[in-house]
Amino acid sequence: MLRGAIYFDAVRFVLAVLLLFLTACSGQFPQSVFAPRSDFSTELAGLFKGIFWWAVAVFVIVESLLLIALVRYRARRGAAQPKPVHGHTALEIGWTLAPALILVFIAVPTMRAIFATAGHAPEGALRVEVIGHQWWWEYRYPTLNISAYNELHLPVGTPIQVEMTSADVNHSFWVPRLGGKRDLIQGRTNRIAFRADSTGEYWGQCAEFCGASHANMRLRVFVQSDSVFQRWVDQQRAAPATPAKDSPAEAGLQVFRRSACIGCHTIAGVAQGKIGPDLSHVGGRATIAGALFPNTTETLHRWIMNAPSLKPGVLMPPQNLSPQDLDAVIAYLQSLK
Amino acid sequence: MKSWLTTTDHKRIGLLYFWTAFGFFLIGGLEALIIRAQLVRPDGGLGVSAEMFNQLFTMHGTTMIFLALMPLSAAFFNYIIPLQIGARDVAFPRLNAFSYWVFLLGGLFLNASFIAGPLFGADRLSVAPDAGWFGYANLTSRQFSPGPNVDFWLLGLQILGIASLAAGFNFIVTILNMRAPGMRMLRLPLFTWMALITQFLVITAFPVITVALVLLMFDRFFGTHFFLPAGGGDPILWQHLFWMFGHPEVYILILPAMGIVSEVLPTFSKKPLFGYTVVVYSGVVIAFLGWSVWSHHMFSTGLGPIADSVFAGTTMLIAIPTGVKIFNWIGTLWGGQIRFTTSLLFAVGFIAMFIIGGLSGVTHASAPSDLQQTDTYYVVAHIHYVLFGGTVLGLFAGMYYWWPKMTGRFLSESLGKVHFWLTMIGMNLAFFPMHFSGLLGMPRRIYTYPAELGVARFNQLSTIGAFLIGVATLIFFWNLLRTRWQPANAPANPWGGATLEWAMSSPPPVYNFTVIPTVASRLPLWQTERHAPMVALPAEPPAPIHVPGGSWWPMITALGLPIIAIGALAHLIPIVLAGAAVVIVGIYRWAYEPFEM
Repeated sequence: MLRGAIYFDAVRFVLAVLLLFLTACSGQFPQSVFAPRSDFSTELAGLFKGIFWWAVAVFVIVESLLLIALVRYRARRGAAQPKPVHGHTALEIGWTLAPALILVFIAVPTMRAIFATAGHAPEGALRVEVIGHQWWWEYRYPTLNISAYNELHLPVGTPIQVEMTSADVNHSFWVPRLGGKRDLIQGRTNRIAFRADSTGEYWGQCAEFCGASHANMRLRVFVQSDSVFQRWVDQQRAAPATPAKDSPAEAGLQVFRRSACIGCHTIAGVAQGKIGPDLSHVGGRATIAGALFPNTTETLHRWIMNAPSLKPGVLMPPQNLSPQDLDAVIAYLQSLK
Repeated sequence: MKSWLTTTDHKRIGLLYFWTAFGFFLIGGLEALIIRAQLVRPDGGLGVSAEMFNQLFTMHGTTMIFLALMPLSAAFFNYIIPLQIGARDVAFPRLNAFSYWVFLLGGLFLNASFIAGPLFGADRLSVAPDAGWFGYANLTSRQFSPGPNVDFWLLGLQILGIASLAAGFNFIVTILNMRAPGMRMLRLPLFTWMALITQFLVITAFPVITVALVLLMFDRFFGTHFFLPAGGGDPILWQHLFWMFGHPEVYILILPAMGIVSEVLPTFSKKPLFGYTVVVYSGVVIAFLGWSVWSHHMFSTGLGPIADSVFAGTTMLIAIPTGVKIFNWIGTLWGGQIRFTTSLLFAVGFIAMFIIGGLSGVTHASAPSDLQQTDTYYVVAHIHYVLFGGTVLGLFAGMYYWWPKMTGRFLSESLGKVHFWLTMIGMNLAFFPMHFSGLLGMPRRIYTYPAELGVARFNQLSTIGAFLIGVATLIFFWNLLRTRWQPANAPANPWGGATLEWAMSSPPPVYNFTVIPTVASRLPLWQTERHAPMVALPAEPPAPIHVPGGSWWPMITALGLPIIAIGALAHLIPIVLAGAAVVIVGIYRWAYEPFEM
């Protein structure tokens, strides 16, 4: 039975080694905390690694002591009654002070990191307001006078000041490779600050349980070079595309206008619904439905026809559109780059 | 049958607690298995709906904490504490019966929600609570949770709180006042000590959750706005109140298991507990510190750097008394003659697994490090190393240890070893990979995850592990059942224990001790340097012993509470009043019940 116990420690050791490998190769893990790409998440990863090694050391020492005791002092036939030791004061003091000392080495970097990650960006940071909705994300750039939905675009190397709140229940903004998490709470404003250090697409999702489709409240962050970011900003500032006369998109605009869409969605100059995300530039997005599906004709088709079957609890009811109308609306939405 | 319904015997109530709680443990486990089955595949899993999944994890947490682990501890408190302190029963036997019936009815009320849908006009059978066992505001408001689900949860927890509080006061009075002559506080067995500390936590922590639930009830039933920002309230207030209860609750769950381990290790290594007073005081320190750490559940809510620092610091401090306990347990084994019974294996398993849970705890005591961990599977791994690797393994150790005392029959040691090893393999396979799923970006409480996250393999391991635990638990269930057909041949002291519960026959007679013993040492049944073992008690009581008869009133009074709750659920005031009348009449008749029956 002791061989078994040793075997389990071996398993745990192998898994610990695996952890180290994961830190090295995390390309295929888009939400791994081991591949930080911002000052914020790098700070957190460093702190964790420091504590992790202390934990490994303590684990090895204490579990070894336990195993040694079990092997050495197993009952033997004919052995004398053990000495009734009641305690040992010096030992007690020793093993009270030892963990206290280790904790100092953990507490000091912790306190330093708490103040370093308190969420205040330097002067001149780009401000982004994040507003959580069941179950999608709204981003406002007050200084750029634009908004975005589910997909956040950020310039690389620029300090970002994120201010978050919720329109309904609690949510939590978490993009593991860039930072977080911080809760979005109605009536409060929470802050994080970070500076992304490389361009790319980063995955995130809501981390605070927020109802039926909590699992489906995902998001993407696109960290871009200044010029690409500027192009995106210009695109968002522009008025939504007007479809060419007699094109399928033009027919789609008419369907959009006369159907339930306008009750909930905004398209500048066309509709002013406030319940769902703004669709003025929906054709330019990589994903739909809270970064749940890639933005393709097929997924748009399924989404419009029966959103609740794809995202439980969603407010958008199934749309009873004829096949022609559906194709037209999709053509229109895709034209809104 | 009648004698069980009206019983006020702490031993019978202990067995009632045990079987009821074990039943709920199986239900909670079944919920966990459905959860794990759903997560075996990414992108939709096995087709459990989001709504059902949310109900399952809410009920899994609520059931395991309130209906399985706490009452399993209570089963041992009931059965063992009076025996360990040399008493004939608890201080208030009828109140004790009342606690049990309230617990049973509260548990049934909560679980009735799984089939109550049609009564509320829902299109589904199940309207079980679905806002998480922590029930964060403002998701629990009428606006965001319009159905009866959250009502079931808050009313059910209110009922269960009454059971816990009544039992808490009962055991405190019992332990302080009913000790045998010579049983000084620092001669109390460790299990009784940890139980005492636990009950102080119960009577101080449960009022906090009661207040929070009353406020939530007002928000939901009467349109107040305590937790609703739209009306000037604050959802964070709920989190503070909940965790002010919720963190002491963690120690309510773990301290009894620590007490069990502190009994089992000395018996099976034939050595007194190393550093008895230090282990007692570290338990007291853990309880005090346990009150000062609640906001470490809230590091991501933006408390500000000062509060984060304070709560990170206090949380780290808890590692010290916990570490001290672990070292003392190893010190107990050291130099002993260790007999590898199933009970000892589980106690050692407790230490080995609890260390892992404690160490991962330190990684999220560090507030910034916790930001990447909170609300992910990493935390799910942590709590299961603490509550399964800790509490459940500790309780199993207690079951193998005390089962012969409670029934006079031995559990099979060979089945026990299979149970132990399968449980150990299963739990490590289930919970260790969760560290990775979490750090690789898998949040908790999600019914589906995209394949692209790369965590499917880890989830499959977890699912296999969970089902191994399920198999192990069924083996244990069989082991329990088969003792019914075993000969009742357990001697008074089968393991050579040192404490008073081993001084009388197994199971003990209804009056426990033929003569109340006089205690002269911490280890009354052992030969120590200064004390000879206690003289054996006479086989027959020298004079007849009065034993109080049973009473119907505890059960009837308890019955009124779910009636009140059903009335509140249905918004029918007459039913609420009828339930209240049952409670009032029950208490009145209880109070004026003739002393002799």
